[in-house]
Amino acid sequence: MSADPKRDLKIGIDVGGTNTDAVVLDRSDAIVARTKQPTTRDVTDGIRSALAVVLGELGERERQVGRIMLGTTHATNAVLQRRGLSRVAVIRLGAPAATAVAPLTTWPADLREAVEAGSVMLGGGHFVDGWPIAPLDRDGIRRFLGSVAGRTEAVAVTGIFSPASGEQEQHVAEIVREELGADVALSLSHEIGSLGLLERENATVLNAALYRAAGEVTRALDAVLAERGLDAAAFFAQNDGTLMALEYASRYPVLTIGSGPANSIRGAAFLSGVDEAIVVDVGGTSTDLGVLVRGFPRESSFATDIGGVRTNFRMPDILSVAVGGGTIVGGTPEEPVVGPVSVGFRITSEGLSFGGSTPTLSDAGALAGRVALGGGLRPPARTRALLDSALRGADAVISDAVDQMSLGRRDRPVVAVGGGAFLVPDVVTGAAKVLRPDNADVANAVGAAIALVSGRWETLAPAGEGRRQAIEEASEKAVHRAVQAGADPATVQVVEITETPLSYLHEPAVRVNVKAAGRLGWL
Amino acid sequence: MQLTESDLPALARGCAVLGTGGGGSVETAIPSALQALREHGPVPLVRLADLDDDALIVPMSSIGAPTVGHEMLASAEQPKRLREEVERIAGRPISAIMAGEIGGSNGVEPLAWAAQLGLPMLDADGMGRAFPELQMVSMHVAGLTSDLVILADVVGNVAALRPIDAIWSERQARALCVASGASTMMANYLMSGAQARGAVIEGSVSAALDIGRATIGHADPVAALTERLAARRLLDGKIVEVERNTGGGFVRGAVVVDGTGSYAGRMVRIEIQNENLVVFESGEVVASVPDLITVVDTQTAEAVSTETLRYGQRVSVLAWACDPLWRTPEGMAVVGPRAFGYHIDYRPVEEHVHVG
Repeated sequence: MSADPKRDLKIGIDVGGTNTDAVVLDRSDAIVARTKQPTTRDVTDGIRSALAVVLGELGERERQVGRIMLGTTHATNAVLQRRGLSRVAVIRLGAPAATAVAPLTTWPADLREAVEAGSVMLGGGHFVDGWPIAPLDRDGIRRFLGSVAGRTEAVAVTGIFSPASGEQEQHVAEIVREELGADVALSLSHEIGSLGLLERENATVLNAALYRAAGEVTRALDAVLAERGLDAAAFFAQNDGTLMALEYASRYPVLTIGSGPANSIRGAAFLSGVDEAIVVDVGGTSTDLGVLVRGFPRESSFATDIGGVRTNFRMPDILSVAVGGGTIVGGTPEEPVVGPVSVGFRITSEGLSFGGSTPTLSDAGALAGRVALGGGLRPPARTRALLDSALRGADAVISDAVDQMSLGRRDRPVVAVGGGAFLVPDVVTGAAKVLRPDNADVANAVGAAIALVSGRWETLAPAGEGRRQAIEEASEKAVHRAVQAGADPATVQVVEITETPLSYLHEPAVRVNVKAAGRLGWL
Repeated sequence: MQLTESDLPALARGCAVLGTGGGGSVETAIPSALQALREHGPVPLVRLADLDDDALIVPMSSIGAPTVGHEMLASAEQPKRLREEVERIAGRPISAIMAGEIGGSNGVEPLAWAAQLGLPMLDADGMGRAFPELQMVSMHVAGLTSDLVILADVVGNVAALRPIDAIWSERQARALCVASGASTMMANYLMSGAQARGAVIEGSVSAALDIGRATIGHADPVAALTERLAARRLLDGKIVEVERNTGGGFVRGAVVVDGTGSYAGRMVRIEIQNENLVVFESGEVVASVPDLITVVDTQTAEAVSTETLRYGQRVSVLAWACDPLWRTPEGMAVVGPRAFGYHIDYRPVEEHVHVG
């Protein structure tokens, strides 16, 4: 596919807790426009105003915008606030196995109340070796669907060991369409998560519950584009720092959760020109640390908790510490108390440097000459001593956190980004050096704009002869998924293969997980 | 005493501490216990002294590959099938069920089964902690034989094995477990009340509960935990090295902790086989199996399992005395340092002299 030279601008937008940032990149990935707008309660207003600013700056060139990449907290907020969630009918296949724990048993009561239209455990599913646990209970499925018809907007289907073969879940999807109509939203577990029944089922149900919220934000984006008469393709950022096409995102909304930190890590990499680093993103209230490995965020190996629900999809490995630009400093010079409370966005009225009366870490940074704020700060000696000692305390917290994320490797640089990046000291124990790229305060929007498109496949393979072939098949499927998600087939590469040995089976086996990624295909 | 849903967090925390790094993640056992207690109500916790000599005590455990158990969860019918067969063979009803191993998820799961069966849980187990191998149970040390093993799988298959010794018991149970999809439920060492006296480790469940309660909400959880266990706090520090190898069904490895604060300048190395086995400082053994060695988070006192040890974690290393049964010559033969391949003589943790 060749590029249309007149449509080579792209916009990256990141909706954060405090700010909605937007950047416009040209064909050579140079930043041609940027803005920071406050995040609004209805996130689409913030998106609309951020877009208006950058498009205004573009003027005539507005017509050259070919793509918009959006990183949004929409889905996360919907789960945390239990707002705008779809009602879901939950089907689990594999009974009598796993009946000791019914679906949604561990969910917080209010979230379960908001989401569950009904749930059922029926015959189906497979043993680890592919042998059926029980015949698929088609009649049971139809009866259950009949009982929830009219009360459910989406159906979540989870079969035991479906990550090894998704055919049965696909088959159930057909039955659901026959019973509830072709428009019913379907969430199939083998497309969402990996082994670990309850965590995968939880993620699958959350995904189904998010269809309505995802629809709202995709329609809102469409509407904004239509208002401006822009014919740009829209993409959503996901938790591994890659993109998915709008249509794909509307089917897998749960994958947008965690996209913020992933974008910030990828953006920091791009702005600093390194692909192995520890990224330190300093905001107003906290600092998030992530690790960049071969150009992508390192993933956490632990279960992720979302709104009180345990899930197992892959999230960036993030460490948060309570150090931010607005962090309030208290105590005495001998024993300073740093945070965790922050003045947040009120820093510009309450901070000492802005004529306010609250000592903050930003004031400490200004006093130490790390940043220029307002008009020269001349506090009394004791306040000066307090700020000085608080800054040393904050430096130690950041150094400690960097060391912890380094896992002992001390040869990588730290990339400091975010509005409070000046708080990162020039020398950090556990890092080779500190990089401070330009435009570091909009790193997350840049990360969204430059993101690749990826696809993943997971399967179980025999440890012996068949292993190589199984890995090849899994790689082909991962590549296919990346292309489905919008990647240019010519640029897609397998970027990661992980093998986990399994014991206690007839024959030794491994779990294979393959990820492929490529540049967005041009329009 | 009755165990309810509100006891679960403390029990799970305590079982994790007694797991000495192993025994399976307690998180995975909580959902089924939660559901069973909500559906069937509280579980009475009974002491061995309260049971008659002819009472029937049944240790129950789940066996198989943890990865499989995490995907193919148990059937609600499994404990019932197991009970039917046990009672058919024994010719009398079960009086109480018991955890084979109190450490880790194996200490929490039996609560779900007791609730599902409407049976009391015995305040005892076969280890007082976690151990990596099947013969490492107090019943074996006390001379009870494992000549009857009953298995029930997720689809309802039940098998009763009559192995000639503990090795065949392990070998045959494993083969059947594989045929059942690498995850199944087992009852073995069926005991009368009389046989159980002196052959089980009493008070394990209430100990786990007390340990959990001592730390939850405490201002200095590690100090509270150390006091409750009468443990030696060997070191506070930062994990600087983690070695891990998987093979033969075990996770083997070691972790090095570099002292911080008042422990600065000191360093310990903990060697692992699923559980924490031996702690070395300056080349000297400062604690070893069968005494309990647990690594806890310095802030929260939550136990850190050997699978989740990671560079940079701030931890405290605690060691405390095992049940006296393990210190007998018979116990030492099964779980002493030599049983794990260490050519060292066991010295009780409380007798080790402070090295630093």
